[in-house]
Amino acid sequence: MNIWLVFLLGGLITFGMRLSFIYLFGRFQIPQIVHRALRFVPPAVLSAIIFPNVLMPNNQFDLSLGNHRWMAGLMAVLVALWTKNTLLTILAGMAALLILQFAF
Amino acid sequence: MNQKSSMFWAGVRAEFPLLIGVFPFGLIYGALALNAGLSPAAAQMMSSIVFAGSSQFVTAQLIHDAAPGLVIVLTIAVVNLRHMLYSASVAEYVKDLSMKWKVLLAYFLTDECYAATIIHYEEDGMKPTSHWFFLGAGFSLWFIWQVSSALGIFLGTAIPQSWPLDFALPLTFIAMVMPVLKDFPVVAAALSAGLVALLAFSLPFKLGLILAAFVGILVGTILENRKSPGGAL
Repeated sequence: MNIWLVFLLGGLITFGMRLSFIYLFGRFQIPQIVHRALRFVPPAVLSAIIFPNVLMPNNQFDLSLGNHRWMAGLMAVLVALWTKNTLLTILAGMAALLILQFAF
Repeated sequence: MNQKSSMFWAGVRAEFPLLIGVFPFGLIYGALALNAGLSPAAAQMMSSIVFAGSSQFVTAQLIHDAAPGLVIVLTIAVVNLRHMLYSASVAEYVKDLSMKWKVLLAYFLTDECYAATIIHYEEDGMKPTSHWFFLGAGFSLWFIWQVSSALGIFLGTAIPQSWPLDFALPLTFIAMVMPVLKDFPVVAAALSAGLVALLAFSLPFKLGLILAAFVGILVGTILENRKSPGGAL
């Protein structure tokens, strides 16, 4: 599929979802169960991306000390818990990875 | 200053702290998108057409991994599903607006715009000019997103390839997911999705990601319903 078509379709779907209930208001009631399920979308999707990126750097599960990414990722998790600051979390994780790469 | 423009600027002011966090996001996005092999024009257009940060990061990653177009579109849909919840949440506040306004505000309905706007509606109630606040919050975010993406695209080529810039993606997601993990069902949803993503990693077309997301959503929903059986269905 052409990259521009991908953007166009992805954009239309995103816009459609943003408009969905604004448009349907009064015409349709969102089911309770769907309302509840939507809350789990961000943590589920984000974790599904984070885990392989951090734990499978070379497409293979690697929890050894040779894999700097899980250690840097853990650093980011701790900084996120401690500071609740997005920018600091990213900077701390990146700094940890650079230091580990430089040192080992 | 008339009512409409003072409401608009109130929206911009309310959005301001969020803009500070969004700016580096946009920079990273621009640089990552080029790194993933997108052309500068394509990277910028994605910021205007899709206009949804996390799904743009994921799309850049999928293009880098040469995933098929249909899988990318499906992934964008899954990643942005939460916007339906925002739509449901603001619907009653914009119900009396014209269709033109509804369409315009829906385009601007991102995470950060929603966050500032819903607080305003809940505190101030619905006024005849409230939608100008929504527009102020949404437009300022849109503007900063376009500018920061462009700057990231511009600077992106100056960043050496050996820098592990791609690691900014999982780091950004870690920063976004950690504040959400407030109760057991959410933590269980995140962990089960992560585990399935590892186990199903070798599935073709990045389908493991979508499978993992659905398992996580299912686990979270089931656990929550068990916690409060009275509210189930």
